[in-house]
Amino acid sequence: MAQVQQNPTRMELTKLKKKLATARRGHKLLKDKRDELMRQFLILVRENRELRERVEAGIKACNSNFVLARASMSREALNIALMAPKQEVWLEGDTRNIMSVEVPKFSFRTRTQDANDIYPYGYAFTSADLDSAVKSIADILPDMLRLAECEKACQLMAAEIEKTRRRVNALEHVMIPQTEEGIRYITMKLDENERSSQVRLMKVKDMMLESAHHYKEKNGLE
Amino acid sequence: MGDRDSIYGFAAVGLEPVVAEDPETAADRLKELVARDYAVIYITEALADKLEKEIARYADRPLPAIILIPGVSGNTGKGLTSVKRSVERAIGSDIIFGEG
Repeated sequence: MAQVQQNPTRMELTKLKKKLATARRGHKLLKDKRDELMRQFLILVRENRELRERVEAGIKACNSNFVLARASMSREALNIALMAPKQEVWLEGDTRNIMSVEVPKFSFRTRTQDANDIYPYGYAFTSADLDSAVKSIADILPDMLRLAECEKACQLMAAEIEKTRRRVNALEHVMIPQTEEGIRYITMKLDENERSSQVRLMKVKDMMLESAHHYKEKNGLE
Repeated sequence: MGDRDSIYGFAAVGLEPVVAEDPETAADRLKELVARDYAVIYITEALADKLEKEIARYADRPLPAIILIPGVSGNTGKGLTSVKRSVERAIGSDIIFGEG
């Protein structure tokens, strides 16, 4: 581990210890966040997949209905029939907070409340195929909107999970070991200083005693 | 958004179809739609294929949601792939779609 240069002082040690405690706490919190995000994400993504399959099947059906309609009507007639939509969708975008990820939440209102009141044309000049095409498209509309919400949420959460995971890893594998290393280094250095000063003191004491009592000379005499 | 045949049906239910056949106009149109604060933009898979860069730019924003739908030319499976990609991005490997 690359050693960052630190002054081996008590101040520094206290600071590092505090840093380590914060890092540990942050690590734990982020890990919890990641796990919860993951759980939510999995639920959402399953729903997303179901919705997508349903919507894709729905759109496929619509398209084939429209092809039929187009076949039995002239292009102009079709254009005129669909020119002035009766139905209108208002979308209200709101955001919902899942684990600090802002995901969109849509609520939509349609102009006509009656689900059968969707055909923007009279029935006289259009083929029945167009009716069923429009109907099928109206049927999947709620699913499509839900899909939009769900899929966007999935994308955003995926980004957030990635970010959180990086942070967790950075804390776990870089920050925490580095701080621990620093703490160990300073403690050792401090201990070492203490030992050396103790030895020095003992030495000084010996020398002072020697100069006061002259043990050596006495020992030498006897 | 998409080629004309794929999308004009959506006008019937109150969505606003934006016809764009080639990538350049499509990119301009997309920018315009985003600037006009559309919340959801459905785009056909065929067109999205050519607009990946533009779409990726909005991926990390809460709005607009750009959603791929299959066009008349058929389902290319790109929509599902994009879901799959976000799973891989989040988890690191694909654990949802591998089983199915």
